Amino acid sequence: MADLQDMQVIDPGVDESIAKLTPERIERTINRVLTQESAARLEVYLQTCVHCGLCADSCQSYISRDKDPDFAPVAKVKDTLWEMVERKGKVDGEFLHNAARIAFLECGACRRCSMYCPFGIDISYLIMTVRRILNLLGVVPQYLQDTTNSHAVTMNQMWVQQDDWIDTLMWQEEDARAELAGTRIPLDKEGAEIMYSVIGPEPKILAQLIANMAIIFKVAGADWTMPSTDGWDNSNMAMYSGDFETMGRVERLHWERAMQLKVKRVVMGECGHAYRGAVYDGPRYLGWTEPPIPMVHAVEFYYELLTTGRLKIVRKIEEPVTVQDPCNIVRGRGLHEKLRYIVNALCEDFRDMEPRYEHNYCCQAGGGLINCGPPWKLSRMKSNRIKADQIRETGAHTVITPCHNCHSGIEDIIGYYKLGAHVNFISELLIKCIEIPQA
Amino acid sequence: MYEFVRGPLVWIAFLGFFGGLAYRFVAMARLARKDKVVYRTYDAKYGARSILHWVVPFAGVNMRMRPLYTLLSYAFHVCVLVTPVFLLAHVVLWRESWGVSWWSLPEGVADIMTLAVIFACLFFMIRRLVRPEVRNVSYLSDFLLALLVMAPFITGFAAHHQWLPYRMTLVVHIVSGALWLLLIPWTRLVHMMWFPFTRAYMGSEFGAVRHARDW
Repeated sequence: MADLQDMQVIDPGVDESIAKLTPERIERTINRVLTQESAARLEVYLQTCVHCGLCADSCQSYISRDKDPDFAPVAKVKDTLWEMVERKGKVDGEFLHNAARIAFLECGACRRCSMYCPFGIDISYLIMTVRRILNLLGVVPQYLQDTTNSHAVTMNQMWVQQDDWIDTLMWQEEDARAELAGTRIPLDKEGAEIMYSVIGPEPKILAQLIANMAIIFKVAGADWTMPSTDGWDNSNMAMYSGDFETMGRVERLHWERAMQLKVKRVVMGECGHAYRGAVYDGPRYLGWTEPPIPMVHAVEFYYELLTTGRLKIVRKIEEPVTVQDPCNIVRGRGLHEKLRYIVNALCEDFRDMEPRYEHNYCCQAGGGLINCGPPWKLSRMKSNRIKADQIRETGAHTVITPCHNCHSGIEDIIGYYKLGAHVNFISELLIKCIEIPQA
Repeated sequence: MYEFVRGPLVWIAFLGFFGGLAYRFVAMARLARKDKVVYRTYDAKYGARSILHWVVPFAGVNMRMRPLYTLLSYAFHVCVLVTPVFLLAHVVLWRESWGVSWWSLPEGVADIMTLAVIFACLFFMIRRLVRPEVRNVSYLSDFLLALLVMAPFITGFAAHHQWLPYRMTLVVHIVSGALWLLLIPWTRLVHMMWFPFTRAYMGSEFGAVRHARDW
């Protein structure tokens, strides 16, 4: 049984859009995506699934909602895509409302279920196909659509204006210089070794993370730069709202900016989905096999700095900590060992979660979920009780996670389930632990 | 009647089975060109790694989470593939028809393997009824497919032990077997052909693109 409270959530992006649709448009759009925009993978996955239900136990929302069969990954496909195929696109508004709730709120596209399906069916790809259909129908939760609109207009996720961007960087440079004399945030330095890119929310609401990074670069003696104009944002919510055209524009501009600056590699801040967008979803949409220059996630970069001795740890965090493995850099890039190397280097009392690595549960915030905003928060919380149990069992006071979505999602879970812990990015701990030589 | 099912129908069944699979395969291979990422993602090493982890019993986390299901599922798939090909009565027919001959299963073993298929199918059907997450996604067609797979095994077992009028049982056995072969390419039973491809694709995505394990 689907949760009645969730069913009653009213989201103008979903409900008002549905009210404007005609049956013809719904049918035409669904059939266009099913026949024109998708091909062999969709066909094979639909033919191959034998309805065995072995994917059910992989999903945090199914487990968290007392094994409600409607929340099993296969059920989410049944209630969306199978029905659309079965009814040849002749579905009504009520169906679309439910499909939007499932596709945008109950699946974080974390791909854990693909590791439990004996056939390796990419269930998250099927859900993304549903999101694509809903996007073309204009049925996207309002808050999520707003971030996509921002991407389309400003080429960043948070409506950050050009002057705000430069002003924020200068402000953060000043803050960083107060900590470590001579720290700079070099703008548009052509031929630098590294372009550093961040996600839109960093300048908007977490600007101190940029200052942290400037200090880390300074201590490590890195040759780096940041772009002063559009293309600085590596985040991509259009990828999750199903607006693949905008997704492609965002990714292309990000890489074009890096190419213009003639850098050798792009280092990115602590974010998961941005990595996914920049390294594979974006390049694939653009017809590239790989990004034009290497993308280095913050975790890989910190690991490199610590193992080569460019950063030296002089004090350690004593309170118990645990780690949330972000799906897009762990299931999506196998960075879990490097992440643990860093955490062990920084912390005395590291307590790992169970299950972990590729098998860790999703935060129920990534994949565009948390971007669907306040109307859906309660539903997100109910769908991730298992994460609260996981954290509680470690007894940790700090949850370390190198991902913005995980960060916000875990903060919400800690608050809702009263876990009495807090969440930190790695850079916040690095700043406390490394040797900062004063000139 | 017996002459027809023993002769032309068997030909129709085999031609339909292999022809159907070949048609589906070629059609899908062409469609896959439209799917920009498919061909260039396939990676021999990681594809093989993934297949290996999913054909070896208990090599994956999900298989270890449900030992009974894993055992029955493996027993079922091995028996359903091996028994028809290596059954003594079938080997005799291969030789009579085409003059080719190969090793055959001892009769007692073949009996046990046949019963394993029937028992596993019953288990799958009961599981569909009692497990809420499976019942929720079960359709009438799922039960009919299980019955379709069981039918040649039940009738073959009955014919061998001559519980019912022999000729009639044999006719039903051959008809059900032919129907089974003919329907494989056009139903979810086609998973027997797609398994290595879906598995290898996901293994390649996980291994080559995402540097992670998928089991």
